[in-house]
Amino acid sequence: MLELHRISKSYPGVDALRGVSLAIGAGEVLGLVGENGAGKSTLIRVVSGAERPDGGRIEFGGEAAAFASPADARERGIAVIHQELSLVPQLSVRENLFLGAGWSRRGILRRRWEEREARRLLGLLEMDIDPDVRCSTLSLGACQVVEIAKALALEPRLLILDEPTAALSPREARALLRQVRGVARRGAAAIYISHRLEEIEAVADRVAVLRDGELVHGIDRRGPAVADDGRLPLDRDELIEAMVGRSLSTEFPPRLPGAIAETRLEVRGLSAGRRVRDVSFDIRRGEVLGLAGLVGAGRTEVARIVAGAMPFDGGEVRLDGSRLDLRSPRQAIRSGICLLPEDRRGQGLILGRSAQDNFALPNLDRFRRLRALVDRRRERRAFSRWREQLDIRLARPGQRVATLSGGNQQKVVIARWLERGAKVVLCDEPTRGIDVGARYEIYEWIRRIASEGKSVLLISSELEEVLGLSDRVLVMHDGRIRGEIPDPERADPAGVLRIAAGLGPSEETSVA
Amino acid sequence: MPEGAGGSVGRWRRKLLDLLGRNLSVVVLALLCLISSVATWREQNPITSRSGGAVARQVLEACPAPCAVLVVARDTEADRLFARAIEEGLDGSGVRIAGRVFGQPRDVRLELERLAMVGGSLDAIATHRIASEWGPVRSARARVFSPGSYHWPTFLTARNLLNVVNQNADIAIIALGMTLVILTAGIDLSVGSLLALAGVITAVAAQEWFGGVAASPAGLLAAMLLGVTAAALGGLLSGTMVTAFRVPPFVATLGLMMLARGLALILAVGHQRRLVGGGAEGTPEAVRVDAAAFAWLGNGSVLGVPNPIVLMLVLFVAAHLLMTRTMFGRYVYAVGGNVEAARLSGVPVTAVLLAVYCLCGAFAGLAGIVDASRFEGGRPNAGELYELQVIAAVVVGGASLAGGRGRIAGTLIGAMIIAVIQNGLNIAGVASYEQKVVFGALILAAVLLDRLQPRLRRFRRKPL
Repeated sequence: MLELHRISKSYPGVDALRGVSLAIGAGEVLGLVGENGAGKSTLIRVVSGAERPDGGRIEFGGEAAAFASPADARERGIAVIHQELSLVPQLSVRENLFLGAGWSRRGILRRRWEEREARRLLGLLEMDIDPDVRCSTLSLGACQVVEIAKALALEPRLLILDEPTAALSPREARALLRQVRGVARRGAAAIYISHRLEEIEAVADRVAVLRDGELVHGIDRRGPAVADDGRLPLDRDELIEAMVGRSLSTEFPPRLPGAIAETRLEVRGLSAGRRVRDVSFDIRRGEVLGLAGLVGAGRTEVARIVAGAMPFDGGEVRLDGSRLDLRSPRQAIRSGICLLPEDRRGQGLILGRSAQDNFALPNLDRFRRLRALVDRRRERRAFSRWREQLDIRLARPGQRVATLSGGNQQKVVIARWLERGAKVVLCDEPTRGIDVGARYEIYEWIRRIASEGKSVLLISSELEEVLGLSDRVLVMHDGRIRGEIPDPERADPAGVLRIAAGLGPSEETSVA
Repeated sequence: MPEGAGGSVGRWRRKLLDLLGRNLSVVVLALLCLISSVATWREQNPITSRSGGAVARQVLEACPAPCAVLVVARDTEADRLFARAIEEGLDGSGVRIAGRVFGQPRDVRLELERLAMVGGSLDAIATHRIASEWGPVRSARARVFSPGSYHWPTFLTARNLLNVVNQNADIAIIALGMTLVILTAGIDLSVGSLLALAGVITAVAAQEWFGGVAASPAGLLAAMLLGVTAAALGGLLSGTMVTAFRVPPFVATLGLMMLARGLALILAVGHQRRLVGGGAEGTPEAVRVDAAAFAWLGNGSVLGVPNPIVLMLVLFVAAHLLMTRTMFGRYVYAVGGNVEAARLSGVPVTAVLLAVYCLCGAFAGLAGIVDASRFEGGRPNAGELYELQVIAAVVVGGASLAGGRGRIAGTLIGAMIIAVIQNGLNIAGVASYEQKVVFGALILAAVLLDRLQPRLRRFRRKPL
């Protein structure tokens, strides 16, 4: 279906792709993995017509292909689902699905047909979304599903999915994987990019690993797709090793010494409409409290309320015994509660400003001189200290934060709160869209923060992550806390998932 | 790879493009100055104290000690300075000043006749280029000395440049406040009206409360403060609408624009009625300020630099420091770059926005008192359509209407670009209707060039 012959592409200073050859047959799903900056995005851009290769040849459907533009590639049957959403929030789901050209009858919309088709597409994805609601009212996860349905509507011959499950709950993700297999069964090809290796294992026939613009492992000839025993040619540890070029002994860093001490944060009876209902919990000093649950279970809302970023109806939050006034993030930050928001680019960073500016923003009062002036020397010193400690990789402190990789961006946000001397750190999906190497470093930092006596609330849709890092895990479903896992390392993930899905064990573990 | 093979030539070209890309507005300004200079290349006949001194030296060289000189000049301030310089140059050399003429060719004839009657000798006439062409001067039986002329662009004379900047100082001052508002992704349409309101309030207060003709400098200062405060309060009002009630800045300031203009007219008419008597028909005339000291701010100068320019420069430096060195400046950029991220980082978003609109109003108020002082009265119709010129200046200066991007220095350059375009068209003798067309096209071109910046910049960025 698609053949790449010695594709190369370089930008000034970087060889993004160095002679990559790949072949994907009809009905096949190719898993594409690699650290950020390994060249995956460039490869996708080349294949989808957004960028022309400097050298090499592309064949698509048996003929030489030189796509002039993404629209051209789309016309030929290549659909791409990007990490970033491309929905118009003001329009309904149905209107978004059929926004592109070619769906109308000479410019007149076919409403009936659209309604039927929308239901069918969403049904394929096993999502119960009303096609007539506005996209702005949907959760991030639901939006991603609509995005995928939009691509499926084109009946593509080659479907490219770039980290499609980053915002999805496990149930949504599983439905998506099934759908990708379905697309392959109907004779199309798919390229599936993900940091979640278990998804790659579940969905891919073959795996290609990119490192520094080269194919380090995998396929440059048509070989046996699946080993004789039906297993993928590479197992997960081998994949990780191939990606980072070094071996990670365990997926999670070891626990650091440091006793869990007295209660620091008490949350009592927190409620906010239907999204958060009577949530109570404690976090102690030095403790990492995990919050598991499906997307939309209310975890993000709990974190936002505690961080002063969202109004709420009832309940109270106490820090070291004294009640907090949570009217604004500013007040929460002053009392030592800091939030790593889930949408790093939209809520965490001022993308147009430098890494140092972003680091300094909440800490300007610490670099203050003569009341209002910013002491730029102290600011620079503080930043370079954290830059070194956290190993933030950038060319110079004035580099725009938008040009950093996801991992380094997240480290800038972490550095900002460490400088602040946070007492409670609320991490909402701290490793979303971050490559394996940087992910590990962020795990290390979460451990380290806790061992220094800070309290951490960890929200993650990756169950492994919550269970592997937390000292204790609470499971949320439908705005309520439905269960507590006291010993997450030994917990059965399936059991946790049952609780999260609302099927939980009947004996509801009481908290606090 | 092609980039690598390009070698140092490619790199230098890239560097040059990059530099141009980042300082495009400076390049545009320089280009405009160049065009204006070429278009105004004229013969210059300097009438200054320096050229007067040069004439004096010519006289001394050609016609030593016992020698009688007639000094001829017109009756203008510059001519008098010129004449005084001639006399100072001749002072103590033994050369006798036979007479002085400040006036028309006829006055020269009368003076020559008077000298002939008295019977004194006349060896030389010292004058400037223009008067040397006068009939009586040419026909006089004496050698005529005048400074040499030379070619130089009229645009590039100190007097013209000061004039250009001076006339646009108010636009530039308002553009400062507008830069802050635009940095937060807002817009302020009320600045022109606030300028008028501040001017009228200052004038009415000076006339009616602080003593009119007899107003003391302190009283005048108080009146000005009142005007600026009123404009700042206007800004605070639109800031409140924007923050507390989520009214789009465009709409909030559009309302304030009409409201403030109406208030300025009402105040001016009311003042007129009180002046003339209850029954007088109200007309929106300027509210005259009688105190002589009031004109100082708009018409005086410090070390030869007009006061509005001095005020403008001081405010620019202050605003630049505010935006680059203080917490407030960082907060403004953060709010404009990403409100939600700023809020979650503990930036007091509401307070920052209130302060920004308030400051914008205050800057408009300052421009208002400069305007009132320049015209020695508050004009309720002053500043009409200023908002658009000001926004043009800010945008030409490189600020993004989407917020978060822009610099104070850029705005200064933007304001100067607008000023130079206007001045260049004036000197080049383009009629006013055509001026509008050219002006509009040039603004579009300037902004278009600015939009090319990211493309030029792309040469430098290294994608990962």
